[in-house]
Parts: sequence; C-alpha cells; structure tokens
Amino acid sequence: MKEMIRVEKLNKSFGDLHVLKDIDLTVNEKDVLCLIGASGSGKSTLLRCLNFLEIKDDGVIIFEGDQIEPKTHNLNEVRQKVGMVFQHFNLFPHKTVLENVTEAPLMVKKTNKATAVKEGKALLEKVGLGDKYHVYPSKLSGGQKQRVAIARALAMKPDIMLFDEPTSALDPELVGEVLETMKDLAKEGMTMIIVTHEMGFAKEVADYTIYMHEGRIVERGESKAFFEHPKEERTKEFLSKVL
Amino acid sequence: MIVGSVFDFGTFISELMRTYPFFIKAAIITIQLTIASILIGTVIGIIFALLKLSPVRLFRMIANGYITIIRGTPLIVQIFALFYGFSQIIMLSAFWSAALALAVHNSAYIAEIFRGAIQSIDKGQTEAGRSLGMSEGVTMRRIIMPQALRRAVPPLGNQFIIGLKDSSLAAFVAVDELFRTAQGIAAGTLNTMETYIIVALYYLLLVMVFTVIVNEVEKRMAKSEK
Repeated sequence: MKEMIRVEKLNKSFGDLHVLKDIDLTVNEKDVLCLIGASGSGKSTLLRCLNFLEIKDDGVIIFEGDQIEPKTHNLNEVRQKVGMVFQHFNLFPHKTVLENVTEAPLMVKKTNKATAVKEGKALLEKVGLGDKYHVYPSKLSGGQKQRVAIARALAMKPDIMLFDEPTSALDPELVGEVLETMKDLAKEGMTMIIVTHEMGFAKEVADYTIYMHEGRIVERGESKAFFEHPKEERTKEFLSKVL
Repeated sequence: MIVGSVFDFGTFISELMRTYPFFIKAAIITIQLTIASILIGTVIGIIFALLKLSPVRLFRMIANGYITIIRGTPLIVQIFALFYGFSQIIMLSAFWSAALALAVHNSAYIAEIFRGAIQSIDKGQTEAGRSLGMSEGVTMRRIIMPQALRRAVPPLGNQFIIGLKDSSLAAFVAVDELFRTAQGIAAGTLNTMETYIIVALYYLLLVMVFTVIVNEVEKRMAKSEK
C-alpha cells in the first residue's frame, strides 16, 4: 500500500502549553482514519499541522514522499492537495454556493470558467445540493453548509481530506446527512483523517482509530478491534465515558 | 436695511432666490472636491490599513507614524502646509492642493476603518482560503476584502459626510467652493446671517443626498448576501 503521509516525532507548543508530544503517524492511500479523544488532547492541532495551518515546532512531516518544510516548500501547493473541512464550515458568505466551490479552482488552478462551473455543479449534485447553486450560504442549514464545504474542498481534487470535527457544530438531526456524505467519500477510496466525537461513525467507517490524550497518541488500532477490545487502560476509560 | 438686524425672513427668501446660480456653481466644486478627496483618500487609506496589518514591523511603524501625525494635526494646518509649502516644489492648483490635503486627512481615518473591518472578519475565512491553496494575497483580495468592504460601508459613509463638511476649509486657500462663495456674498451684501443660513442649507442638502446614497449602497450589499 502506498504511503501518503508520515509524521515522525512531531512536537508543537503554544507558549508554555505543549500540545503535541512526539507524534508518530502513518497514513496510507485510501485509509480512513479517525482521531478521537477529549477536547484539548491535541487532535485538532495535529490535523492543522498536517496542512500547515499550524506550523510544527519540530519533527518531520512527509507528504507523498516529500519531506515538507515551511521554509523550503511552497505550502500553497501542498495545501491544494490536502482538503480541509472545518467545524464551523467557514463558507464564504459573500459568494453563492456554486461560487464557493469554483473560487479556488478559478483563482488557484486557473481552471477555465466553464470547466470549473461544470465540475462544481457535479460536486454539488453529488453532495445532494444540485438545487442550491445560486443560493447564498446564509440561506442554508448547518448540514447543507457542511456539505457545500466538503464539495468546496473536493473541487481542488485533493489527494487527502482532513475533517476537523465536521459535525460538532450541527443540530443533532443534521449530523446524519453529513456523515452519509463522508461515508460515500470513504467508499470511493478517498484518503481521510477525521477528528470526531461520533464513535459510531468511527467504528463503522474508519479503517483505523487513534485515541489521543494530553498530546500523545495512546492507542491506534483497526476500528472494530479498537472499539471492541481496547488495549490501553486510558482508552478503556475514555470509551466507557463516551459510548 | 438696518445693519444689526439679526435675521430677516424676507431678505433670506430674496437672497435665496438671487444667489442660487452662484451657490449651485460652488456646490459643484464642493462635490468635486469631496469626491476627489474621498477616492484618493480611500486608496491611500486601504494601503495604510494593509501596512498596519503587515507582519513586517517596519511597515507597521510607518503606518502608525503616518496615522498618528495626520490624526494629530489640524486639517487647516495640513491644507496650508500643502498649499503654501509643497506648491513651491510642485505646482499645484488651489483645488488640487486642497483636494490632496483633504484626501490625506481622510485617509488616516479611512485606514483605521479598513483595519477594523479587516480584523473583524472571522479568522476561519482566512483559514478556509489558505486551506484551499490560495496565497495570502489572493485570500485577502478575494475573500477578506470584499467582506471587509461591506462592513466598512457604514463608518465610511460617516467619514465621507465629515469629509464633505470639512471641504469647507478649502475656502481658506481660495477654492471657490460653497463656503468661500458664501463669504464673498456676505461681505458684499452684509446679509451675514441670511447668507450663512443659506449656505448651511446647501451643505445640509448635500449631506442628506449623500446619506440616502450610502444607505442605498448598504442595503444593496446586504441584499446580495441573501
């Protein structure tokens, strides 16, 4: 299996707060990986380090065989291949749904307008929003907004998708539609790293699940085994609280 | 007419009817002065807002210095400095030296308006742009600025109204705008109170028209997001 991302001895601090401690992580092509853990355990920071929204203090990040260093690499090019979906959607409020999706292909990849629109519409169709092209985000529900955000990230044709608590800001009845979209994506073979509190989703959809605690990876396992027979005491304790 | 009568309604009406050709001509100059100074001031203001938000310390220091000096000195001093000072180096007409002084003066306030508006845009917007591979410049131009501009419209409108009224100070470097025209008429007729009330009405009318335009722009911009 081809390796997509490898992280070695990654450390990150915010001032005195040591958020990530010696993180080692390998993600292969088509892996779906869930990061779980209490808030403050460093899972979101880890995700954000992977597309360089946060810059690591030290350690190695290898993406598709290249060791990426912020000083020597053009991070804008790396980020084009690493899609990101945020907890609070972060849609562009001054642009329509379709413009949200076509903006980056047009401005970054210089895709011609007709192609960008055609591909954008197809993506919106795919996430079930084929009737909302010309609507502004303020008119959408949370679940619809998050699906637009997913389509927007996919429009750059990324090699991997990062999801930072994609359903945490949603009303409970809207969580399902977003998870369904993500499940479809997983089925198509997209490589995905998902920070989530949806244990059912992690167990069902993720190939691997990782439990983080106080900036360290405590346990990593194939999802079924991870949830049914966790090895570490701290994992058991955490799962007993959330399941 | 008895000199010393404070206000005479009959005189007011007859002067209003008599002087409007002069005042309309002058109002056009006031409008030109205002628009020129606002446009130039907005461009300078945006540049200094971006400098102030720059990660480069030197740029921030330059912007802070500029804003501190411009906001810390009277507009009339700036107009005189430009007209009597710089015009010895570069020939500037009275109109353009006043327009430039007004532009520079307004730009310091406009810079702060834009800085505030840009900073008020959620950090997630920048992160979304950057996560899609957009450069800092593209993110600023395509994502942050259009949103900041919308937020800046109400305070900008306010600043433009201040700029319109401040343009009256151009009278002191002999620009034939509204106020100077009023001074001339008052000096000639000695109908001081009536003349200045008339010119005040012209300013008020211009400000009201301006306010309507600003409100309309605000409404349109709000609408386009719905």
